[in-house]
Amino acid sequence: MNEAATPWQRFFRILVTVGPGGLWLFLFVLLPTLLVLLASFMTRGPFGELGGPLGFHNYLRLLEAPYLQAFAQSLWVGVLATLLSALMGYPLAFYIARHPRRDLLLLLLLIPFFTNFLIRVYAWLVLLQKEGLVNAFLQAFGLGPYAFYPSFLAVVLATVYTFLPFFVLPVYASVERIDWQLLEAAYDLGARPHRAFLHAILPQTYPGLFAGSVLVFIPAMGTFVVADLLGAGRVVLIGNLIQQQFGITRDWAFGAALSVFLMAFVFLALYLYARLQKERGLEDLL
Amino acid sequence: MKRLLSLHAFLVYAFLYLPILVIVALSFNEGRRGVRFTGFTLDWYRALFQDPRVLEYFLNTLIVAFTSTLVSTVLGTLLALGLVRYRFFGKGFLRYLLYIPVVVPDVVLGISLLLLFALARELLGFPRLSLLTVILGHITFQVAFVTLVVRSRLLLLDPALEEAARDLGARGFQTFLHVTLPLAWPGVAAGALLALTLSLDDFVVTFFTAGPGATTLPLYIYSSVKLGVSPKVHALSTLIVGLSAFLLALGYALSRRRV
Repeated sequence: MNEAATPWQRFFRILVTVGPGGLWLFLFVLLPTLLVLLASFMTRGPFGELGGPLGFHNYLRLLEAPYLQAFAQSLWVGVLATLLSALMGYPLAFYIARHPRRDLLLLLLLIPFFTNFLIRVYAWLVLLQKEGLVNAFLQAFGLGPYAFYPSFLAVVLATVYTFLPFFVLPVYASVERIDWQLLEAAYDLGARPHRAFLHAILPQTYPGLFAGSVLVFIPAMGTFVVADLLGAGRVVLIGNLIQQQFGITRDWAFGAALSVFLMAFVFLALYLYARLQKERGLEDLL
Repeated sequence: MKRLLSLHAFLVYAFLYLPILVIVALSFNEGRRGVRFTGFTLDWYRALFQDPRVLEYFLNTLIVAFTSTLVSTVLGTLLALGLVRYRFFGKGFLRYLLYIPVVVPDVVLGISLLLLFALARELLGFPRLSLLTVILGHITFQVAFVTLVVRSRLLLLDPALEEAARDLGARGFQTFLHVTLPLAWPGVAAGALLALTLSLDDFVVTFFTAGPGATTLPLYIYSSVKLGVSPKVHALSTLIVGLSAFLLALGYALSRRRV
């Protein structure tokens, strides 16, 4: 394409375009990631500073009961949030895709999503607290009041609330590409509605379904803010443990090991996703 | 079946809007505690506007958002251009690096930057945790998003247009300024808008990279939720909700006009 360009001109153009951004990624992404990896093998000093000896002790500590429990709880939040998002988001994607004013419905889906993350989480605190709206509603029927806040349920609900559009949008993209003639063919061949859906429609939405699940699962299990505000100490996820190590506890080495573990888990989830999607891979997800 | 789907959609939208509407209603409520509506008032808005700290946090948020968006849009656009147009050593690796800020949980991104800044302070004596470190942190995740958005736009462009410009005698920089950039413009604008939104919304990376005197609105909301909310926060949240709804609707209207 650049027949006219000399090698030096080419080199100069690459330097100008890729250079600044590449240098930035090197300094602020690669270097910090390597630092986290290095710190995870170090030891906390008497004043919370990082030092020797080097070893795997931080990783061995991950196997202790409270940390395994936090990991299990993070997984559980991720799985529940993904399932609930699917339950709410999958039918909704069909409804939006087949609606004459779908632009407007998509806009309505995005408005809460573009509202500050903390406000969205805080809104659930207001709803679920003891003198909140949900309890006021239940009391009208002579029920409660229940301690919905702080609780595991509150954390899961607010997580779904926060990440639901991440699920709906990829499924919506799949639904838009559905070949509806397959459904007619299934009916012509005598399939009942649920079988027709299962074999003619559902497989066509797998790409969106997988992408949506990954996009909800990863942030759901990686966040600490939701559990921090709505679990109020009762729900401790890996993210909360990391935050504690870099906050009050000041054990950066252990916090780094937790981070490496969480990153490894995220990459594993993405790898499995890429395998499932075969040729499409990550490019499609992002 | 169709009615069931409509009902489901209605319930999901109710789920999405109910929490926000409660906050908006509370911002006009006289009572300080609970959700019982005792009377209409604008006192919380008055208190919000009279609080000099809130103005300072607001300005901090804007300084961070606009500086980081400007830098990341320039860096990301150039990087996308280089990635699409040229082959060079380490290109595959660079593309992997680009995905890290997108997929890694933001707690991890936050603490890794904290470690970097701590090491730099140890070795070089700077930077102190301040608005500057917050801006550096925001640029880091913004660059990745801007690059991906602009790149997908550039991939749609016909390379023949640039060739035509060159055949007509345009030099490299002229081609870039008069052909490539105008064609890529919608992608650049979308990337910048996304970067701005991400910065305004960010709490986690800011939390780990901000020092004293570098409080932004999300940090303020977090600490007031932690310490017990004053209804001022309801008023602030309502204003933010209104502003983001307005901006989104504006973008929606503009995008309809172009088609």
